[in-house]
Amino acid sequence: MQAVIVEHIVKKYQVEKSEVIALKDVSFEVAKGELFGVVGPDGSGKTSLFRVLTTLLFADSGAAKIDGYDVVKDYKIIRKKLGYMPGRFSLYQDLSVEENLTFFATIFNTTIEENYDLIKEIYQQIEPFKKRRAGMLSGGMKQKLALCCALIHKPSVLILDEPTTGVDAVSRKEFWEMLQRFKRQDITILVSTPYMDEASMCDRVALLQNGQILAIDKPANINQQFSHPLWAVQASNMYELLKKLKDWQAVYSCYSFGEFYHVVMKLDATGGKEIQAYLSEQGFQNVEVKQIAANIEDSFMALMNTTHD
Amino acid sequence: MINEKVIIAESLTKNFGDFVAVDQISFEVAKGEIFGFLGANGAGKTTAMRMLCGLSTPSSGKANVAGFDLFKETEKIKKSIGYMSQKFSLYEDLTIRENIQFYGGIYGLSKKNIQEKSAYLVEHLHLQNYQNNLVKSLPLGWKQKLAFSVAIVHDPAIVFLDEPTGGVDPVTRREFWELIYDASARGITVFVTTHYMDEAEYCNRVSIMVDGRIEALDTPKELKKIYESVSMGEVFLKLARKAVRGE
Repeated sequence: MQAVIVEHIVKKYQVEKSEVIALKDVSFEVAKGELFGVVGPDGSGKTSLFRVLTTLLFADSGAAKIDGYDVVKDYKIIRKKLGYMPGRFSLYQDLSVEENLTFFATIFNTTIEENYDLIKEIYQQIEPFKKRRAGMLSGGMKQKLALCCALIHKPSVLILDEPTTGVDAVSRKEFWEMLQRFKRQDITILVSTPYMDEASMCDRVALLQNGQILAIDKPANINQQFSHPLWAVQASNMYELLKKLKDWQAVYSCYSFGEFYHVVMKLDATGGKEIQAYLSEQGFQNVEVKQIAANIEDSFMALMNTTHD
Repeated sequence: MINEKVIIAESLTKNFGDFVAVDQISFEVAKGEIFGFLGANGAGKTTAMRMLCGLSTPSSGKANVAGFDLFKETEKIKKSIGYMSQKFSLYEDLTIRENIQFYGGIYGLSKKNIQEKSAYLVEHLHLQNYQNNLVKSLPLGWKQKLAFSVAIVHDPAIVFLDEPTGGVDPVTRREFWELIYDASARGITVFVTTHYMDEAEYCNRVSIMVDGRIEALDTPKELKKIYESVSMGEVFLKLARKAVRGE
């Protein structure tokens, strides 16, 4: 059985006098035990989608099921099965670390001891501060406590809304490594992120932009669908290089990517040698051109260009 | 650019009780430079930035920002800098034009100057058709670009950007960096923090803070050479992993 089924979900908001469509006919399924990523920038609809799935928001149309239960009809059952960590810190600031955890365990009719093995690895990192009020914790510790509270009733589906936003590269890596380990516990995980590079940590991802799914697949498969040769180009004078590449008629698209520019030519036949020769002719020094595989960010931008609403 | 320094910090330190949040950092930033200020959460970036903006008094050390002393002339510093973060940017219930006028007024620009600036900005950002729309009706990417333009409306010597591109889509993120390059070309120094490691490559120089100290400071190219890494992401991981203290 699929752990999550989303069918043709539409969600609209009334802002001032105009209507904003947050989710435009979104459908997908997540298998049991899968680590599924929803990747998209702010405003793409990630939070609306998760709030529909967590029974906190009614969709205008469409249906969704968690473990076979309908998010509207069976909301009471679903709330017992779900672990949810919202994007905004939502624990009790005036309760201590320990009190928050006990509180959430009690609500779900369980105890910290009963499911301690599940949270042990994370909880041990904040245990030295268990008497501290949650409001006084640092961002990273709050996040760990929130995750413990979301896990304390051993949910079958865990929904994490942007757990790594604003978190540094090292802590983000550690967080994802931790999620990989939860998979072994047979917990289905839906996680959203605005960081494109995190897509590669998921089993499958949905790329979301303006309430629409641009692509949904294993990250490697999405990247394989990038249909043109992609070139990474570098030279001594990067600023001039960008201008020259953008003015060159043979170039289809060109954008910065770390220390390189990623370039797609209009004709796939135009190869690295031709690019190299052209730029050397134009007087650029230390020109380096190499063919590379597209990553999720390349794919996302290519899909953004082809999908119009 | 005749090597004019707009930030000079010498052994700048901030203690909170026994805790040394920023531990004797020393560095210089040149006029027009794009200076990346990296570090893990809790490394001391925000505290250091607050000191440089004149919002928090250093415990010890010396610093000069935009030609003014960080201990004696913080009010002058505040007038000579711009600041933008992902969280604090614009007034949602004011229109685009009203936001520009408001910030221009706050920074003491003349009425005529504000008029000219508003017209220029609106055109430069291609917002002519939206200038009387409320900011809250704008897509996030536009807001961020407008917020940056407003932060430099008074042509400050330095603009401090605290994670300016968080959550922004990849195309807009790159457009945002084009605005940064424009500002830098006009001689505005850009002091920027980010969690996107590819953006570290776009800076002229990058510093990486670990446990309150500046552990590394150089051009991205040199840093990659020194730390035998293929990307700034790898450099960052190698350095930040050494951190002893948590957040």
